[in-house]
This record gives sequence, C-alpha cells and structure tokens, in this order.
Amino acid sequence: MKRIYSVLVENRAGVLSKVAGLFSRRNFNIDSLVVGETADRAVSCMTIVSTGDERTIEQIEKQLNKKIDVIKVKTFKESMSINRELMLIKVKYNRDNRRDIMENCQIMNAQIVDMSKNMMVIQICDTSERIELFIEMLKSVSIVEIARTGTVALTKCKEQ
Amino acid sequence: MIGAEAIVKCLEKENTEVIFGYSGVAIDPFWNSILDTNIKRILIRTEQNAAHCASGYARISGKVGVCAVTSGPGATNLITGIATAYADSIPLVAITGQVNSDMIGSDVFQEADITGAVESFVKYSYLVRNVEDIPRIFKEAFYIAGSGRRGPVLIDIPYDVQMAELPGDFVYPETISMRSYKPTVKGNMVQIKKVIKEVEHAKRPIICVGGGVHLSQATKEIREFAELNHVPVVSTMMGIGVMPSEHPLYFGMVGNNGQPYANRAMNESDLLLMVGARVADRAVNRPDLITENKVMVHIDVDPAEIGKNVGPTIPLVGDIKHIFRDFLEQDDHPDDHSDWLRTLEEYRDKMESDRVPDYALEAYAEPRDFIRRLSNAMKDDAVYVADVGQNQIWSCAYHIVKNGRFLTSGGMGTMGYSIPAGIGAKLADPSRQVVAVIGDGAFQMSMMELATMRQYKVPVKIVVLKNGFLGMVREHQHYAYNDNYSMVELKGDPDLSMIAAAYGMEYRKVDGNSDIDGELEEFLANDTSGLMEVRINPMELTKY
Repeated sequence: MKRIYSVLVENRAGVLSKVAGLFSRRNFNIDSLVVGETADRAVSCMTIVSTGDERTIEQIEKQLNKKIDVIKVKTFKESMSINRELMLIKVKYNRDNRRDIMENCQIMNAQIVDMSKNMMVIQICDTSERIELFIEMLKSVSIVEIARTGTVALTKCKEQ
Repeated sequence: MIGAEAIVKCLEKENTEVIFGYSGVAIDPFWNSILDTNIKRILIRTEQNAAHCASGYARISGKVGVCAVTSGPGATNLITGIATAYADSIPLVAITGQVNSDMIGSDVFQEADITGAVESFVKYSYLVRNVEDIPRIFKEAFYIAGSGRRGPVLIDIPYDVQMAELPGDFVYPETISMRSYKPTVKGNMVQIKKVIKEVEHAKRPIICVGGGVHLSQATKEIREFAELNHVPVVSTMMGIGVMPSEHPLYFGMVGNNGQPYANRAMNESDLLLMVGARVADRAVNRPDLITENKVMVHIDVDPAEIGKNVGPTIPLVGDIKHIFRDFLEQDDHPDDHSDWLRTLEEYRDKMESDRVPDYALEAYAEPRDFIRRLSNAMKDDAVYVADVGQNQIWSCAYHIVKNGRFLTSGGMGTMGYSIPAGIGAKLADPSRQVVAVIGDGAFQMSMMELATMRQYKVPVKIVVLKNGFLGMVREHQHYAYNDNYSMVELKGDPDLSMIAAAYGMEYRKVDGNSDIDGELEEFLANDTSGLMEVRINPMELTKY
C-alpha cells in the first residue's frame, strides 16, 4: 500500500537526518522525500511517500510522532490529496523526431525550457503516474538526464 | 557566569546529587565549575561505565541519572552505555564536551560527531550552539528523559560555549512548553471502563508486567489491583520484582528463558493485560499465541509500542500508575478467580518438580541452588544486579525477590553492566544491600571499576560465577555446533583472590564442598565491598 505522510517538523539543523535515519533504521521504505519551508519559518514540511503493509504504515506514523522534533503527522492515501511532482528531463533530438517530442509535450502539458541545436530540457509538473507515463512516451528518443523532485501533497479542500 | 557554571546551576536546579564521568580537556570547564558544589562526582574508569552507573542510580533513585565525559573517544566510549539505557528505557542525561564551535566539522583532535553517532540510541540530543540556550536545553533534557517513555538524552557542548560568558542573570525556566512533545499521562476513561468490564467477565485473566511498571513506580497499584480481583501475575525479565517471588498470585517469568508454567498460564488465559512490556522476542516468541482466543489489553505509555509486535484488542495509552489508580477507583466489583488460580498452581507444582537438576559434583557449586541460597541470605530490600549470560538466566529463574529490586540489562544484553550499575544503585541508596552477580567473562569487562568502588568506598558485593567459559555462548555452540567451541574459552583468567587483594576487597571462594549458607552469611554480614568466587561446572546448561 502506498501512503503519503505530510510531516511538520521544527526547522532545526539535523532534523532531516533524524527523520531519514528513522526510516533506514526501522527498515521502512522511502519512495520519495521532499522538504520545504512552510508559511512559518520555524516549521518545515516534509512530504514522504512510502509503501508497506498495514502494520508498517501504522508504525511509520507512530514512530514519526515519537520524534521530538516532529510537530504533527498527517497520513493520507493518494486519492485523498492533490499530489504533484516536478521533473526536468534532458533529451537529444533531431529533425525527424522533433515534431513528435513537441506533440508529446503538448499532450502532457509539458514545457520546453531550454534548447540547443541537438538537445532540449523539458519541464513537467504532474502526478507521479503521469510523469512515469511521460518518460515512457519519450523512451523512443534518447534521454540524457532526468531530475525529479519527488511528490509534494496537500489534502483536498473538501476533506477539511 | 560562564556556560560551564550555568550547566552546574542547571544540575543543582534539577536536584542532581551525583554525577558519573571522566575528564578530558573538552569537558574540563565543566569539571572545574562543579568543584565548589555539593554534587558528588564519581570518576569511573572507562566511559561506558559512566552511563551504566547513572542507569543503576536512576533505577533505584527514580530520578534522572547524569553522566559527563569528554569529546571524541570519551563520547564514543559512552555510546554502548547510552544504547543499553535506551533499550531498557532508563532516564539519563549524558553531557559530552565538544571541540570549539568553529572547529566542528574539520576533524580536529578528539572531535567526533556524537549527536550524529548516538541518534538511534537516544530519545533526543542537543548540540549547544549558544551559551544562552543552556538553561532551556537542560530543562527540556531532564523533562524529556524523565517523562513519557523514559530514555537517554545527550547534550553535546563545545568548549567555547562552556567558556562563554552568559549574557545577563542565570534564569532557570519554571515551565516547559514544547509543541512537539506532549506525552500522554492519563488513560482514556472509555478504554479504562472497557478493561474493568473485561476483567469482570473473564474466566482466566492474567497480568503480564514489564519494566514499564518499575519506571512508572506503579508496583503498589499493580499488586493492589491483582489482589483485589485475584488476578494472577506473570512477568517479563524487566518486570521481575513487581511481585515478590513467593506472592500467591505470582507465577514467574515468561519467555524462552522463563518458567514453562508462566508461558502456559499466559497462553491459556482468556484475558491478558500486557502492562509496560514491549512484547519483545525473548519474552513472547510467538505473538500470535498471546492474541489467540483471548482479549488482549496492551497498556503502555508509548503509543508506538502498541501494535508494533502484536495487535491488541484494547489499546490503552498512558502512565501505568495513573491508569491503575483509575482502575482501582472505577472497579467497585472485586472478582474471584480461584478456580483459575488453582489450575495455575497445579501447573506450577507439576512443572517445577520436573526441573530439578539431577546431578551433584563436588568440585562445583550447583548454580541454581547457589542463586537460591544467595537471594535467601540477602536482606529483604536488597538490590540484586544480574549481569548477562548464564548467570542472568539462572538469576531470573532462581533468585527469590522479597521486597528488593532486580536489575539487569534486558534489552541490549550488555556484558559488564552489573558492577557499574551496582555502584550507581548503591550510591542511590547507601542503606540498601547491593549484590552484583556476574560471570568471569563479563567480570573482566568491568573489573576496572573495583578501583572506583575503592576510591569512593562504595561497598558493592560481587559474586563471580566462574567457569572459564563464556557460558551462554558455549551453551549455544553445544546445541548449534555440536560442541565445536570457537572463541568461548577463557584461558588465562586471573586469580580472583589476587584481584580482590589488589583492590583491598574481602575474598571468599565457594565450590561443591563448601558450607554455602555459612559462607554467604559471613560474606553478606558487613557493609564493605567483597568478592565471592563461585566455581561452577563449565559444561553446565541453562536448558536441558
């Protein structure tokens, strides 16, 4: 099962390593982990995506709550939240496939943000599934590099 | 006032009576500032034992134990002691000196990233960056260590922060406000009432007590509740002593090193109250059995322990003392379970008689018999500290607890724990008799502390069960590797009579020919330190 943990933590030195260390020590998976500031400078928000059985999912939440620097943990299924990830992807292109790539970008709502005479960097912001799909669509072109941020998430408005 | 003096002031505010530690340049401002105070300083002989001493002290005094060591190797030596305390949820504040703030990260002499290194063994840690944070950090550290699920907290203080002038007057915070740490104390009333009802309806209820009962000082409440409702009690290793061994409602220790009748009692119950116990592998090796066909209530101050190893029917989070006080208040219907108690007595009588070892060797004392006699000869409120290994297993099974305490390193199983923990226990309550029981392997891991005992006149009685082997592992190799022994034979053991003489301790030796009771009586008669060597059969097994 996949779960998203939105973890509010004290914005202090070493907190990221404490939280990441907890996952490795307890043998929990991290699919992705994103840290950023919140409206309150003293508080950071970590968005952690993890998979595991029911017991593991519950333990992750409890063990996170046990960390002294953790202020609040919210856990939700993907369906309960708005999830977004940013990807930058650098591809090689030529005259034959340029049009195809641009079409794919259009379909997936991705933008070309940098270009040279044989390479381009494309930016896409979407759910992880659609980003996977976009990578799949570009498989026929030669992919040079990929950088992904991992998922950030907020619960949907009607949940609250 | 400089930072180091502020630290001392903080300790005074926390009523710290004694601090165990070792010196070194990075912690010297602190040791210098503490000179003119009433806080007793105990210079131990290796840093690991500073934490063990503080642990023994904490467990007997009920207060937070404090230790302090220097940076680098001093700090890293302390780690095993901290990890030992963490595994048994013992409240400690460990202070480490650190190199100058502006040097951190440049690998200078005696620098170690101690907050990073201990992260998985502490409840929390601080690296003090500003001198003005000292009062708040100490207030928080003592609060965190001694509340909720107890545990060690480490404070790493750079040399320059200890030397820096504190701006303004020293003010120790009266209150604490931490938005991210609010441990649950009171249990949920709905759940409490549910549990009372379950006890009323149960035909075969049982309480299993763990170390959490000692930590919350709830022994009295548990006994009262068990007696009121005639509920039998079993114990994990860490819960030994919650019930006196000879209490009619007590049915021994559970687990693969426990009494078979205790496990049977737990498995056959229809209501199990698991109290302050982690349901760890050595206590419950098949968690499915203790939830099968029964209602399982798990009471613990740490919500993460509930459901970690076993899924309970009724979870109940809170401090055990508070919860059992509420139980006693809400329970207006005392129950009688005498049929169930009679069944358990039958199990015990039958299984106990099957366990009597059937050999006698003149050269060796019989360890089970010896432990029984030793604990019988000890004072009513004595502290028995068992080390790790075969001596620990025999101690758990055959030591008769009257109204004293039983201490051991249960979670981590750290060899050499008993001597420093015994020192800490004795300093926590000098009026109590303290006996450390240890094998000849572990003895050689901590015998340097005999000097500490001599220097500070801490009269701990040490009983060395000597067999020339690392017995517990030898036993494992006997079963698992057909007696192909590797790395377990202790050739070159020192002559213990000369060790005792070297440290100015009274010495006695006991074997199969000795008048054990007579020797014990004399050994325990005075309040001076002593060493008793007990020769036991190297081929002895705890399980057979």
